[in-house]
Amino acid sequence: MIEVKDLHVTFGTNHVVRGVDMTVSEGECFGLVGESGCGKSTVLGAIAGRVKRWQGSISAAEADLRPERRTLAQLRLQQMVFQDPFGSLHPRHTIGRALSEPLEIHGIPDREARIEQALDRVGLPRRFRFRYPHQLSGGQRQRVAIARALILEPKVLLLDEPTSALDVSIQAEILNLLKDLRQQQGLTYVLVSHDMAVVTHLSDRIAVMQDGTFVEVAPRAAMISGDLAHPYTRMLREGSLGYRPTEKEAL
Amino acid sequence: MTTTPKLRAWLLTEDFTSARHARAHQAYLSWLRFSSNPLAFGGLAVVVLLALIAALAPWVAIYDPFAQDFSRALQSPSAAHWFGTDELGRDVYSRLVWGARTTLYIAILVTVIVGPIGFVIGATAGYLGGWVDTVLMRVTDIFLAFPSLVLALAFSAALGPGIENAVIAIALTIWPPVARLVRAETLTFRQSDFVVAAELQGASTPRILFRYIVPLCAPSVIIRLTLNMASIILTAAGLGFLGLGAQPPMPEWGAMAAQGRQYLLDAWWLTAVPGIAILIVSLAFNLLGDGLRDILDPKHGS
Repeated sequence: MIEVKDLHVTFGTNHVVRGVDMTVSEGECFGLVGESGCGKSTVLGAIAGRVKRWQGSISAAEADLRPERRTLAQLRLQQMVFQDPFGSLHPRHTIGRALSEPLEIHGIPDREARIEQALDRVGLPRRFRFRYPHQLSGGQRQRVAIARALILEPKVLLLDEPTSALDVSIQAEILNLLKDLRQQQGLTYVLVSHDMAVVTHLSDRIAVMQDGTFVEVAPRAAMISGDLAHPYTRMLREGSLGYRPTEKEAL
Repeated sequence: MTTTPKLRAWLLTEDFTSARHARAHQAYLSWLRFSSNPLAFGGLAVVVLLALIAALAPWVAIYDPFAQDFSRALQSPSAAHWFGTDELGRDVYSRLVWGARTTLYIAILVTVIVGPIGFVIGATAGYLGGWVDTVLMRVTDIFLAFPSLVLALAFSAALGPGIENAVIAIALTIWPPVARLVRAETLTFRQSDFVVAAELQGASTPRILFRYIVPLCAPSVIIRLTLNMASIILTAAGLGFLGLGAQPPMPEWGAMAAQGRQYLLDAWWLTAVPGIAILIVSLAFNLLGDGLRDILDPKHGS
């Protein structure tokens, strides 16, 4: 579905992404983990079209993407969900307006029905379409952001830390929603997170990134069992298991 | 303002049943916040009164503002002539009422010219960035570098005196700060996620500018333009005072004050009355602008 070959991104003198190769097949969830500043969001931004200057090649659904300009069809194929649900919705548009914008841009008919269907799918009451974002909680806003991404019926959902701005209890809700949506609609996900637990919960394969390159790509089972090759991956995994008293302290 | 309890409850509930309901709710909340500020409310009242007087000038004025009667020249305020008469025997009250039209005409015309220019230049510069930004902002800088009244004077002198030329001259001096303001606001929204989201959905540049950026910049620009009204009125009065604005016999507050200057000691009302009118209206626009800032600016309150 998505193929990235030898991707390089440079901001000024800062070489952020140094030769990334990845292939995501249809229906797969591909996770990207790493600490802040390792370039994982930049990789996602390059695929999405947010980052406009990169070298290498990216193709989605067998069509090569160019760095500068994309066609409406290419944009429609993949939609992005942002980290901060407070910043990703226009503060002066009602939910209904936010959901109808993408339909208007792409000239899709039956807007009313599609908006109601989109709200149903993410588990929000239909009357929410008349509300403004400031009348919604963080979790509800993130559901709206997901609905907005899905309303164009994309094949690929690009998730940029979709839960890290939310409360822990809401995080699980959103993750399960994403999991259900993927099963129902056969979506392909690329998920970026610094949280190993979140990535492992959702992803089939997980790439660990450090200093702009992949140090290891491991299947989910290996991530859970700890059967990992690279010391940095092991370190991240250890860190995500939380605090455990060592034997010495226990004594 | 009396509202029936049922209507009030409908307006205050957040459980909207239609898009119109949501808008009515927003408008009602804004109105509640605005009407709880007595100064702003006073400002609005004066501005509305000014607009009414200007619209109904033929009925509000008692005498013909152009009718001269030398036998009644320079009479002090009385029951017949509330604000006295001028050196040509014209009724000052009637001229003041008709002058409200001129004043409002200039203020509105300047605002209508300046608003769109400021929006287009500021939003384009801020959103596109790069060399477009550099060129547009340097042009703005050049206009900012001129002292505004002197520039307006020069334009009025070059184009010839008259209201339309005064409007053009004032508009030329007032748009740069508006463009700057819009650019600064645009820069803060340009990288925000909801604009990027719209870009990734395929929204065109004009769509992003007019649907996303402009509505968000609008509150601060409306506030700015309302506050500007006062300085527009003052500049127009200043140009009128110097003989470069409205031409006699057209009633204009600045020109009226200027003509009365020769008789200041004998007939104080000739200068004082239009002067007080300018003061009250400028003050009202400033208070209204402050009140609007409280309800429109997202940085104040929720």
